[in-house]
Amino acid sequence: MQTKAGQKIYSKITQITKATCSLQATGVGYDEMAIVHGRLAQVVKIIGDRITLQIFAGTEGIPTNAEVVFLGHPPLIKVGEELAGRFFNAYGAPIDGGPEVNGEEREIGGPSVNPVRRRQPSELIATGIAGIDLNNTLVTGQKIPFFADPDQPYNQVMAMVAMRAKADRIILGGMGLSNDDYLFFKSVFENAGALDRIIAFVNTTENPPVERLLVPQTALTAAEYFAVDRNEKVLVLLTDMTLYCDALSIVSNRMDQIPSKDSMPGSLYSDLASIYEKAVQFPSGGSITIIAVTTLSGGDITHAIPDNTGYITEGQLFLRRDTDIGKVIIDPFRSLSRLKQLVIGKKTREDHPQVMNAAIRLFADAANARTKMENGFDLSDYDERALRFAKEYSNALLAIDVNVDVDTMLDTGWKLFGKHFTQAEVGIKQELMQKFWASKN
Amino acid sequence: MATTGKVSGIIANLVMVEVDGPVSQNEICYVDVEGVKLMSETIKVIGNTAYVQVFESTRRMQVGNAVEFAGHMLEVTLGPGILSRNYDGLQNDLDKMKEVFLRRGEYTYPLDEKAKWGFTPLVKAGDRVTAASWLGHVQESWIQHKIMVPFTMTGDYTVKSIVSAGQYTIHDTIAVVTDAKGAEFPITMVQKWPVKLAVRAYREKKRPFKVMETGQRTIDTLNPITEGGTGFIPGPFGCGKTVLQHALAKFAEADLILVAACGERANEVVEIFTEFPELDDPRTGRKLMERTTIICNTSNMPVAAREASVYTAMTLGEYYRSMGLRVLLLADSTSRWAQALREMANRLEELPGPDAFPMDLSAIVANFYARAGYVILGNGQPGSITFIGTVSPAGGNLKEPVTESTKKAARCFYALAQPRADSKRYPAIDPIDSYSKYLEYDEVQAYLNEKIHPEWVKMVYESKDILLRGREANEQINILGDDGVPVDYHERFWKSEIIDFIILQQDGFDRIDQSSPIARQNFMLSLVLRICRTAFRFESFEEVNPYFKRIINTLKQMNYSEYESSKFKELNQDLDKTIAEREVIHAN
Repeated sequence: MQTKAGQKIYSKITQITKATCSLQATGVGYDEMAIVHGRLAQVVKIIGDRITLQIFAGTEGIPTNAEVVFLGHPPLIKVGEELAGRFFNAYGAPIDGGPEVNGEEREIGGPSVNPVRRRQPSELIATGIAGIDLNNTLVTGQKIPFFADPDQPYNQVMAMVAMRAKADRIILGGMGLSNDDYLFFKSVFENAGALDRIIAFVNTTENPPVERLLVPQTALTAAEYFAVDRNEKVLVLLTDMTLYCDALSIVSNRMDQIPSKDSMPGSLYSDLASIYEKAVQFPSGGSITIIAVTTLSGGDITHAIPDNTGYITEGQLFLRRDTDIGKVIIDPFRSLSRLKQLVIGKKTREDHPQVMNAAIRLFADAANARTKMENGFDLSDYDERALRFAKEYSNALLAIDVNVDVDTMLDTGWKLFGKHFTQAEVGIKQELMQKFWASKN
Repeated sequence: MATTGKVSGIIANLVMVEVDGPVSQNEICYVDVEGVKLMSETIKVIGNTAYVQVFESTRRMQVGNAVEFAGHMLEVTLGPGILSRNYDGLQNDLDKMKEVFLRRGEYTYPLDEKAKWGFTPLVKAGDRVTAASWLGHVQESWIQHKIMVPFTMTGDYTVKSIVSAGQYTIHDTIAVVTDAKGAEFPITMVQKWPVKLAVRAYREKKRPFKVMETGQRTIDTLNPITEGGTGFIPGPFGCGKTVLQHALAKFAEADLILVAACGERANEVVEIFTEFPELDDPRTGRKLMERTTIICNTSNMPVAAREASVYTAMTLGEYYRSMGLRVLLLADSTSRWAQALREMANRLEELPGPDAFPMDLSAIVANFYARAGYVILGNGQPGSITFIGTVSPAGGNLKEPVTESTKKAARCFYALAQPRADSKRYPAIDPIDSYSKYLEYDEVQAYLNEKIHPEWVKMVYESKDILLRGREANEQINILGDDGVPVDYHERFWKSEIIDFIILQQDGFDRIDQSSPIARQNFMLSLVLRICRTAFRFESFEEVNPYFKRIINTLKQMNYSEYESSKFKELNQDLDKTIAEREVIHAN
């Protein structure tokens, strides 16, 4: 490892834990990067001349006389046009066999956007999936995770959304990605012929877990370059944020911090917010939209990770297998896009909000009818019709294999209403009823 | 000479400083990092080491960096020109920061130092004054902004001189007062006050009795909040906390709205920035932004300033309350504030309480809520701060420490229920779990019965009973089956559904339904209760559901129509016909 002038070199480590090393040193700045025994590390604690370093790759094999070089700067990545189409590790070093990139050095985890300089998100991101476009419309500058159990096809759905969304740039931040999933993303990007739009920062399960902590901020610093300097619409995909949080809890545990709920650090909310709040619509037209994955354990959303995430993100998307139709659907009850109000009925047709709500309400009636049926009660005529509606609605609109435009989704909604229900049962505002009921049926 | 020090240790935003002189708890200091001075607050002192929390990122800070102590606690600057501004948690004017990204150590003055204000004196030489006495006023937007004797001036003073009516800047001396010994104190239009201390410059704090209209039926009708009251809204994410707070900010009957966006999403604040300057205030005809001030410390802004933001907001509220105004303070969310306290307690290695929160959380929350209230000022005029905070309980569990601490302190409890949100019954305030202690106050009951309807309180309790009985009937139906219960169980359930759909639920996105004036609420509740009191004739349970759905549909269309319009009256007549179809007429 080449050292530059002005860098301080030490060779006496006084304490080693599984993730950290401590030594005596002076003139060291907080958050500064260092290289310990050839491994990247960061200053996490300074007490007098005693410096504690977090070693991202773990401390296995580090001797007490290891060489420690302080680099004199916080974590950096090089940003520039050359990033396009490339795959990097958590530190921003190429893993695709290509050359090092040249570019301007930027600090990762930089300052926040002044809230008064943000613009209100107002541009719809169409995905063709009705479970998203109709019921949980995405908007540029939004941050939204998939809440999914590990057995669900969340990475496939996310890749599909990314490929269909009209974004100038797609940045993948992979944390604890299995090698198979890494190769899956790579082949999806290559087959779509979209490689020049893609940049990936990947930490796979083969890499040390603590390295993951760098991935989101590295990916987002690159995203800020494209969104601010080049006014692009950037879509950032982060998978899997649960594994990121697990790494946080490992580090805080090693630092002797008092754990709060579910063994997570007390700062989990702020840690996650510093990532998700990078989603923004800039006044100059550029934007950063974040779609993330938070894997759940047995669908439990009260666990600290999904719980804190839910309070930060602007909604969440749930996948569920609908056994009636044998397909994966976007669950209309538990999914939510908080920003949809900014576009539905404004950027889309006027009947969008009411059609969406009416369909979900009728779908809920069907769920009640199913409970009745399962408990052995007789079904009323209304119950029967609701069940028939639910099956068709699920197949024609909720299933993730749907790929149509929003007007078609709305027309389909009206057709299903007309087929199964009376006007009073649908309960939509009269003026919309008059305009659409007859013409769409 | 001011105390100085040097940095001796850094753990995230907790910094240890070796000091060369006296320091006081909560004293502000500035740490010099590469020429940029970072504001910090002293939170613990051991020997010569002061533990300070830095309100900014400590990146690149080094041991040995110089620290200057300011000799005062965290203060806000009070004077004309606060209205309609967008502040951060430390009262920096965010609009004065020109760059897209926040710059560490950039502090901006909260007021306009050059603007001239048209001052009108209210006292003359020789008048006796005390802290918070009104010396004069300036017109700030539509508010008569009172210029007061600074809150920090204890004791009695005599006005020696006061300027004549005219144009002055905030730093011009507008009056000189003398104390008993004859010492002179010049007074300008600006004063400062430490945010963590309550302003107590009023004559007395009274039991609140006046109900504050919010335009939200589920609050005004079922669980009203008073001017000077306190309430809180706990709820899991996705239950509409923020939408409800925004609705309150838009429609509540207050002179001034302070919104403390504390550790929440930046886009939610952007919504206020974007929409409020466009939206009309239905009461004054002015723009909503003209009565709104935002104190925002969003979730990605430094954690320590998050704690400060709620105190900053409360102090601004106390300042305007002292002018005899009705202030509504909304804080979203107080859980984030509690979490900021937790992060710091953890770094200080304090012994943790439940869920790792500090042991004194309850006391901190209670002290804060106690700063709201309805007061009689020194001159006999009333003023009030109504405080409504949201709580974001971890995992939606209302037994967690922040919710429990707040429940002890706040008088109104608006529990947002996940099942209601799931079935899109918004606002998702649970009608049975929620309560308003004010509804039990004799003076509040008298006020409601006089202002709205002589039987109002009785009607409110009657609707609560109907809701409870409806829920019980529904449980029976679910257990025993539709035909396993008498038909009147179905009727009972559906009557409660009328109250749910027509009174509780409100479409926040509909131009007309989003706010319901109290006269309209009276009309609708009377109408709904008339239906609930009516006995209907049904042959079988299958007739019940479609019949009441028709009634609900008509009533809903009424909610969507202009009050007392011909459409509204027409719908009302349709409804009467529908009722007559099955009404049982008793011959007596």
